[in-house]
Amino acid sequence: MLEPMGQKVLLSSKEINIILHRLACQLLENHLDFKNTVLIGLQPRGTFVARRLDKILREDYGVKHIDVGFLDITFYRDDFRRGDKTLSANQTKIDFLVEDKKVVLIDDVLYTGRSIRAALTAIQSFGRPLEIELLALIDRRFSRHLPIQPNYRGRQVDAINDEKVKVMWKENDGEDVIYLIDR
Amino acid sequence: MSELSVKHLLGIKYLKEEDIQLIFETADNFKEVINRSIKKVPSLRDITIANIFFENSTRTRLSFELAEKRLSADVVNFSASQSSVKKGETLIDTVNNILSMKVDMVVMRHPNPGAGIFLSKHVEASIINAGDGAHEHPTQALLDSYSIREKLGDVSGKNVVIVGDILHSRVALSNIFALKLQGANVKVCGPRTLLPKYIESLGVAVETDLRKALNWCDVANMLRIQNERLDISYFPTTREYTQQFGVNKALLDSLDREIVIMHPGPINRGVEITSDVADSKQSIILGQVENGVAIRMAVMYLLASKIK
Repeated sequence: MLEPMGQKVLLSSKEINIILHRLACQLLENHLDFKNTVLIGLQPRGTFVARRLDKILREDYGVKHIDVGFLDITFYRDDFRRGDKTLSANQTKIDFLVEDKKVVLIDDVLYTGRSIRAALTAIQSFGRPLEIELLALIDRRFSRHLPIQPNYRGRQVDAINDEKVKVMWKENDGEDVIYLIDR
Repeated sequence: MSELSVKHLLGIKYLKEEDIQLIFETADNFKEVINRSIKKVPSLRDITIANIFFENSTRTRLSFELAEKRLSADVVNFSASQSSVKKGETLIDTVNNILSMKVDMVVMRHPNPGAGIFLSKHVEASIINAGDGAHEHPTQALLDSYSIREKLGDVSGKNVVIVGDILHSRVALSNIFALKLQGANVKVCGPRTLLPKYIESLGVAVETDLRKALNWCDVANMLRIQNERLDISYFPTTREYTQQFGVNKALLDSLDREIVIMHPGPINRGVEITSDVADSKQSIILGQVENGVAIRMAVMYLLASKIK
C-alpha cells in the first residue's frame, strides 16, 4: 500500500472487516433480533458504518430486518457562524418512529463529542427513545470536550490534535482503509 | 458551492444560478424538518430578526415568522400602521433604532421599489426583501421555482407562462429573473395595457391569446389583478377581463396537455381562476405555501451563516 509523506495506515481493509464483525457481534449480544432496536448513522460518514453493520448482521448473522436511518445534525451544531464557511446540510432519512425504541447512534470517528451532543438533541425530534447507545469505529480518546463515551468502540487511538483520522470506504473512496494524517 | 454569493437577499437579479441551487438544496433539508413531529431546529438561536412591514401582508409575514421561529431565532414584529413612521421618522432612523436593540437581520416589505437596496447601503444588518413596490419579491419567486422543480423534476427547459397584471407585479418580475436564470422559457400573457412596454428585453415572449399560451406551457402562474395599484382604468370591466384571461375548468380540460396551475395568492376566486381550477388536481397552490416556509428557512439560514 502506498504511503505518502505524513500519512500512515491505521487499519487495513482486513482489520476493518474483523472489527466490523466484532462490533456486529457485540450489538447482537445486546439486541438479539433487533425488533425494538434501530441503527442511526450520522451524516455524512457514519452512514457507511451503519450500512456495513446492517449488511453483516443480516447476511452473516441471520437477522431478518433492521431499521436503519440516517441523521443529519448540521442544524443542531454548536459551531454555527463560528467557522468561515457555511455549514451545508445532508439528508436526514428516518422512516420510522424512535419512540420507545433502543437507538444505537453510529459514527466513524468520535473526537470532541460535539457531534454526538448535537445528535442527542436532534434525535428527540423523532420521539422519545427508550435508551440511546453510541457506537464509534474509531475512538480518539483524550480529545473529548464533553463527557461522552462510546458503548461500542472499534479501535482506540491516541492521536494528537495536529493529526487527522481519515476513514475511507470501498463504496465511496475505492478501498477500505483508515489513515492517520499529519495536518 | 456551500455559500451564498450575497450578504442580503434584495432581489433575484443579484443572485447567481448556483445561489438558487444552494437555496433549493438547503430547502430540501428544511422541508424534511418541517414535516417532523417536532418542527424546530436550534440553528439561529443567537440571531434576532426584525420583520418590518410598511405594507399589508398576511401570508408572507406569517410564512417568514414561522420560518424564523422554526429556526429558533428571536423575532420582533413591526408594522408601519402602529409606528413612529406616522410621526415623521425616516426609514433609516426607524431601522437604525431597531438595530441598536441588537437585531441581526431585517425582513422588510415596503411600497417603494428599491427600499431594501437603499437600506442595505446604510445599515449593518442583513436585509431580506419581502416585496418592494412593483420591483421584486425574491422569496416568492424562489418558492415558485422550487415548487415547479418539486412537481416537474427540473425548471430548466420548462415552458412557463405568467398570466395577468404583469405591470404592477413584483412577483412577475422576480419570477422572470429566476426562471430565465434556471433556463426556463417564459411567456407573459395579459391585456396589453397591463404588460410593460419593453418586457421583451428581459428575454420573455408576449402572448395575448390565453388559449394559445396555455397550450404552449407546462406551468401557468396566475396573478391577481392588483386593484389597489390600478390608478387608471386598464381594462373595461372585471367581467371582460375574466372572459379573456380567466382560467375555468372547461378551458383547462379542453387543452391539448395537462398543465400545472400556480398562484402566489391571495386568489380572487372567479376572476383570474375559478374555484374548481384552484382546487383541482392540477393546482399546486397550497404546496407553494408549504414550500414557502422551507425556502425562507433556507434563505435565512444561509444568510445568517455570513453574519460574524
